[in-house]
Amino acid sequence: MTVATQNKQSSGRGMRFVGGVANYLDERTSLSGAVKFLGRKIFPDHWSFMLGEIALYSFVVILLSGTFLTFFYEPSMVEVHYNGSYAPLKGIQMSVAYSSTLDLTFDVRGGLLMRQVHHWAALLFVASIGLHMLRVFFTGAFRKPREINWVIGFGLFILAMAEGFTGYSLPDDLLSGNGLRIIDGMVKSIPGIGAWISYLLFGGEFPGDNIIPRLYVLHIMLLPALVIALLAVHLVLLIVNKHTQFAGPGRTNENVVGAPILPVFAAKAGGFFFLVFGVIMAIASLVTINPIWTYGPYDPSPVSAGTQPDWYIGFADGMLRLIPSGWEYVAGGDTWSWNILTPIIVLMVFIIIVAIYPFIEAWITGDKREHHIADRPRNNPTRTAIGAAGVTFYGVLWAAAASDLFATHFRLTIEGVIRTLQIFLIVGPIIAFWATKKIALALQRKDREMVLHGYESSRIVRLPGGEYQEIHYPLDEYEQWRLVSYEEYAPAQVRPNKRGKITVGTRMRASLSRFYFEDRIAPVTTKELESVHHGHH
Amino acid sequence: MSRSENRRGRRHPLASVALLVVGLFVSGGAYAAFTGAATAEESTVTAVEVTDGKALFAANCASCHGLNAEGTKAGPSLIGVGALAVEFQVGTGRMPMSGSGPQAEKKPVQFTQPEIDAMAAWVATLAPGPTVPTEASLQGGDPANGAELFRINCAMCHNVAGAGGALTEGKYAPNLHNIDPVHIYAAMVTGPQNMPVFSDMNITADEKRDIIAYLKYLDENPSVGGLDLGALGPVSEGLFVWIFALGGLVAITIWLTAKSN
Repeated sequence: MTVATQNKQSSGRGMRFVGGVANYLDERTSLSGAVKFLGRKIFPDHWSFMLGEIALYSFVVILLSGTFLTFFYEPSMVEVHYNGSYAPLKGIQMSVAYSSTLDLTFDVRGGLLMRQVHHWAALLFVASIGLHMLRVFFTGAFRKPREINWVIGFGLFILAMAEGFTGYSLPDDLLSGNGLRIIDGMVKSIPGIGAWISYLLFGGEFPGDNIIPRLYVLHIMLLPALVIALLAVHLVLLIVNKHTQFAGPGRTNENVVGAPILPVFAAKAGGFFFLVFGVIMAIASLVTINPIWTYGPYDPSPVSAGTQPDWYIGFADGMLRLIPSGWEYVAGGDTWSWNILTPIIVLMVFIIIVAIYPFIEAWITGDKREHHIADRPRNNPTRTAIGAAGVTFYGVLWAAAASDLFATHFRLTIEGVIRTLQIFLIVGPIIAFWATKKIALALQRKDREMVLHGYESSRIVRLPGGEYQEIHYPLDEYEQWRLVSYEEYAPAQVRPNKRGKITVGTRMRASLSRFYFEDRIAPVTTKELESVHHGHH
Repeated sequence: MSRSENRRGRRHPLASVALLVVGLFVSGGAYAAFTGAATAEESTVTAVEVTDGKALFAANCASCHGLNAEGTKAGPSLIGVGALAVEFQVGTGRMPMSGSGPQAEKKPVQFTQPEIDAMAAWVATLAPGPTVPTEASLQGGDPANGAELFRINCAMCHNVAGAGGALTEGKYAPNLHNIDPVHIYAAMVTGPQNMPVFSDMNITADEKRDIIAYLKYLDENPSVGGLDLGALGPVSEGLFVWIFALGGLVAITIWLTAKSN
């Protein structure tokens, strides 16, 4: 295969470029097939489809900056006296982990910048994963055939939090030590085996001198390996499943409309990588993060006011803060600390529901079709409302982690803040569900109205009879297509199975299905459209 | 409230004479006492100051603390609190309180330094109490030791970076940025509002100096990492990353995918 023939075969500059690349590689590696296949992969254009990319690129930044940090950081809990250049810690006893982090900060050129790049990128990594998951959820992009990729993505989210927490603990400073102590407390609250597990994790009584090297191994070896492995599967499945797209003229469930990877998408994505890198660098060079030098070395006795975990663990901290006191009792030789066990159970249930939501929804709808058209959130009001309730629940927990800062900065009593958030944790999701569903249905009604009767032109005319009327203009075809193309579900009927019996499962599914689809606005049909247009003309 | 106003009206014709006699007696006695003891502490308390202080106290403080500082239902007795407590409470604007609330709040100082000194001098005559140290005696501490003491004794309420923190029922530990060394010292010695007293048995005078040195170090050395976001830790960092980092990048994605018009 030569470049010339390639040029003749393909039309357009983009295809020529693809051909050139394929040719070069093919002569050396016979990879042309793969490159052509991947290079012609189509990605639809929508800003919300780039959120996962932010996560991917910040992960690359994390890998690069983290590698730099490993050159200087020493994961050891051996006690030393600090003798570096930060005056307010001179001569203070601390672990090698903490002192090497201080050296990295104050005595290694670029060390502080790299630490800040690593930490800011980590916060951004988890935040962008969260936003990416919300996008996938609210557009229904987790439906068949993408349920597995949802679960893998969810696994990445959990791994990212674990990476974050282990990394946050490594400097062995006062703040992260307090965080570890809370984890230790949670582990110890497990009846029967808690104390054993805690001793196993910490290699003896907390804090011991094993935990930092152990967390280090997890942080730089096991967890990153798992993240990279799952990330690879996630991306392969993304290619296998193809990308979803929003409805539009020419966009069907069978095609993908957009730019091919080579060259347009690759150029855009490459540029976007540098933009993400740039934003992280700009922030890291201007804004302090985790000033461990003010926190001081870890010592189990002091706990600072305003001790919080990084944002992604905040929801768990908030749950602990919101649990009323006095829920523990002694039974069977064990203390049952329900004030800690309840948060663990509630958070587990919440997280598991998030992980398996695609399967729950698939079971309720009984829908076994493939879906490649992303839903507009309003077109599935119940799912959107469930999502809003979940976001509210998470948001209240998140806010609760900052209860003390609400009290000081808004001049409130901390008891009042906690009580209000406790009520909100239960009432908030219900209000959010109700309000979101109403809003989604109202938006659907508005869409329907616009498709059938056009949009308001704000031109008011007086008819010969004296009547005033506002002129409505019909939508253009593109807009109309967007508004009418969505799927309608109806509540499932309770039907007896083959043996003529109605099982509990069937009943449950029917009532859930009613809950999902009882209130619905049907999309405008072609017939309706035609009859309306005939009426007008 | 100005001093001339305080002086107006309702005063016995012989009051000035009586005060003068008392004043002479006190200053004479004090002179005798100090020349005898020859302490290192400077004492510039004069009889005039004491009488001024009493008058200022009667006009501005007595409605809550009682005419003789014996205390009422509205305010505690000040007998034995010493000059240092007056210096702290009035010198930071906490007293006189602008209204009852969970705790007296820092606000613009209501008196001039001579007026504060006068009230402090009068309160100090009621009973022995902590005295105001000299500026020089609060300087030259070891910030490293101070930082460690601060973490152990102060950070649980005031936050490791001295950013302050919440207490119960709307009370709070204030932030400790740019506080006059005398007031830091006074807070430790007199234990104002909800703060415990840290006596010299607990934290020695030298250690108090170290703590002051650490807080001054924080004031004088801005965060090496850049903006400190209020030194509030992960909460402000989290808000920042969501709003500015992720917010900015979402704006960039919208820009990248925008259709050209």
